[in-house]
Amino acid sequence: MNYILDYLEELEAEAIYILREVYEQFENSCLMFSGGKDSIVLIHLAKKAFYPTKIPFKILHIDSGHNFHEIIEFREKLIKNENLDLIVASVEDYARINDYSEKEFPDRNRLQIPVLLDIIKKENFDAAIGGGRRDEEKARAKERVFSHRNIRGQWDPENQRPELWNIYNGNKKEKEHFRIFPLSNWTELDIWHYIKKERIEIPAIYFSHKRKVIITNGIILAASDYSVNNYKVIEKKVRCRTVGDINTTGLWESEAKTIDDIIKEISVSGIGERGKRTDDKFSITSMEDRKRKGYF
Amino acid sequence: MINFLLQVWKTEKEKDIFDMENVNKKKLFRFTTIGSVDNGKSTLIGRLLHDSKAIYADQYEQLKNNQNSWQTEEINLAYLTDGLKREREEGITIDVAYRYFSTPRRKFVIVDSPGHIEYTRNMITGSSNANAALILIDAQKGLDEQTKRHTIISSLLKIGHIVVCINKMDKVKYQKGVFEKIRKEYEEFTSKLNFSDVRFVPISALKGDNVVIKSGNMPWYQGPTLMYLLESMYFSSDRDLVNCRFPIQSVREKEGRKYISGTIAGGVFKNGDKIMVLPLMKITMIKNIFLYNKNIQEAFPPMSITMELADALNVRRGMIIARPNNIPVGSKILDAMLCWFDDRGILLKNKKYILFSGSKKVFCKVKEIFYKININTLHRDFEYDIIQANDIARVKLMIEDIIFYDSFYINKNTGSFILINPETNNTVAAVMMR
Repeated sequence: MNYILDYLEELEAEAIYILREVYEQFENSCLMFSGGKDSIVLIHLAKKAFYPTKIPFKILHIDSGHNFHEIIEFREKLIKNENLDLIVASVEDYARINDYSEKEFPDRNRLQIPVLLDIIKKENFDAAIGGGRRDEEKARAKERVFSHRNIRGQWDPENQRPELWNIYNGNKKEKEHFRIFPLSNWTELDIWHYIKKERIEIPAIYFSHKRKVIITNGIILAASDYSVNNYKVIEKKVRCRTVGDINTTGLWESEAKTIDDIIKEISVSGIGERGKRTDDKFSITSMEDRKRKGYF
Repeated sequence: MINFLLQVWKTEKEKDIFDMENVNKKKLFRFTTIGSVDNGKSTLIGRLLHDSKAIYADQYEQLKNNQNSWQTEEINLAYLTDGLKREREEGITIDVAYRYFSTPRRKFVIVDSPGHIEYTRNMITGSSNANAALILIDAQKGLDEQTKRHTIISSLLKIGHIVVCINKMDKVKYQKGVFEKIRKEYEEFTSKLNFSDVRFVPISALKGDNVVIKSGNMPWYQGPTLMYLLESMYFSSDRDLVNCRFPIQSVREKEGRKYISGTIAGGVFKNGDKIMVLPLMKITMIKNIFLYNKNIQEAFPPMSITMELADALNVRRGMIIARPNNIPVGSKILDAMLCWFDDRGILLKNKKYILFSGSKKVFCKVKEIFYKININTLHRDFEYDIIQANDIARVKLMIEDIIFYDSFYINKNTGSFILINPETNNTVAAVMMR
């Protein structure tokens, strides 16, 4: 026995430590669930962290209303199997109440910000755990694991608390909250290797399947109610690499049928997983700007 | 352009597609890069990512789009790491950034720390979890104050391994003499410090010499490339496997059984071991060690596990489990090195701060400031006015309640603390027990 952990075991140990720290330092925390692989891995880690007791976090889904139906089905199954408490905050409702007029490809990405902040306030959450990783984007690469939000839910990237060793300072004033990122040090590939190792079930849309799609600006999008009338709909073999709003999440032409296929594919793809998210394409600072305002 | 890049990428990457069976034996290696932008630090990181093919083609495109003077050969790779708007606008690195890349042998975490003196706290932050430090020296300039400061801080933070990259060798015509002179100077400087392992590599981050690929320009250099060093450096003996320490992070109960969770901070705990819970000073036995739902026989750092004890003791978060014949120091008066972080206030004697170990929180006061360290020379400065942001001092702390700890230089996990200002909730200092 050489008493050394491999990198996946070490990343797991770190994430479990962080999740337990959230439970101990905060009164009322939620785990933000998008239906994507990262939040599924988070739930798996939480299960491991608190076994044999129940996951002590509420599961929060900010539902854009523009969903892949596979994701919602998966969510329902997971919630039932793991006996979790689900809270759904609807962007659809928010858009209706606030009379938000939508464009051709309604981008509900920014609309998620007020919905998220409202539900955090309404439910009195003092910590919201997210699946964000530092390898996703440059502004994320600068963010702390325990990331402070002021009373208005804003991030101040230039005044972040120093975060040393494994000491996470979650002290805060009333009505402020924290965003917590246990997967900060994981990369996309790490997530897939972990899913494989732990045999974690993931939604079918991550694997190659035939789907009705449209092509716009070189990006393949799933044909949805919003696009089906104005674009030529064709059928292609595709898969998702990230899961988001159906109108902004680009699909990848792929033959990958197994996790091994996916690992092989992304190892050589040469494009970051957010490379086909039209929501990130506005400018180099679009993520920083959104995060400052309260985005995930 | 992007298609061409993708093509290059695919052929290159397919060559070293890692062996799927081996991937789980891969180790995590964290290193920090310190040095100013002038010394080419961001360029070096960009080079490591680029040559190990960790930069995606779309990021490369974005890089190109955001660059004023685009030259295909010498791209400004610094753009990859300076993630905040103001950093790009002002061309400086303000905050610690994390980057990741993998080779078949290791997964690397690069903690990129700014080098300016006013960012010493960020450097300390970035170095706190590092297995090794990469120190960059500009071959044209040699050792400067910054290099010395970085080296001193690395030694204070007990980073065992130092890799000195003597950069911009292309600018000094790849001369051996320049490399040797700097090397000698650096060795003399570090002879007073406690490093077990210091290596030197002559590189050009911009041109790629000796970063990943062996340089043809410096046949006089027989040593390994930087990447080879990073991949092969032996670091597992840096952990403390002797002194058993298990700080209690969380205690949960179910059906009358107590589940004690935490991360092993030192030593190897075995099922059935006789242990002592501090500060209760009660002795009992380990009944079970769980890793999720699996009962395991042994636990070692940095495993996050759950324990069950033979006796129903009143255990709580903040307590610590050790072996009865080898327990940490318990005291109300602490002798420590302190790095002050807060730029909105100076260190105040006799003010109440919170001392936080990660699971234990106690109020404390700084009773005495013995001296301030001149971080450019390591001299003890007994005549100082105040301790302000980025200062390092040796202090005496008085705490409200007894705590158990080890010297930071024996166990980083049980010897490190932060100070929190209870009014602002900010992390105002790093504390390392002597």
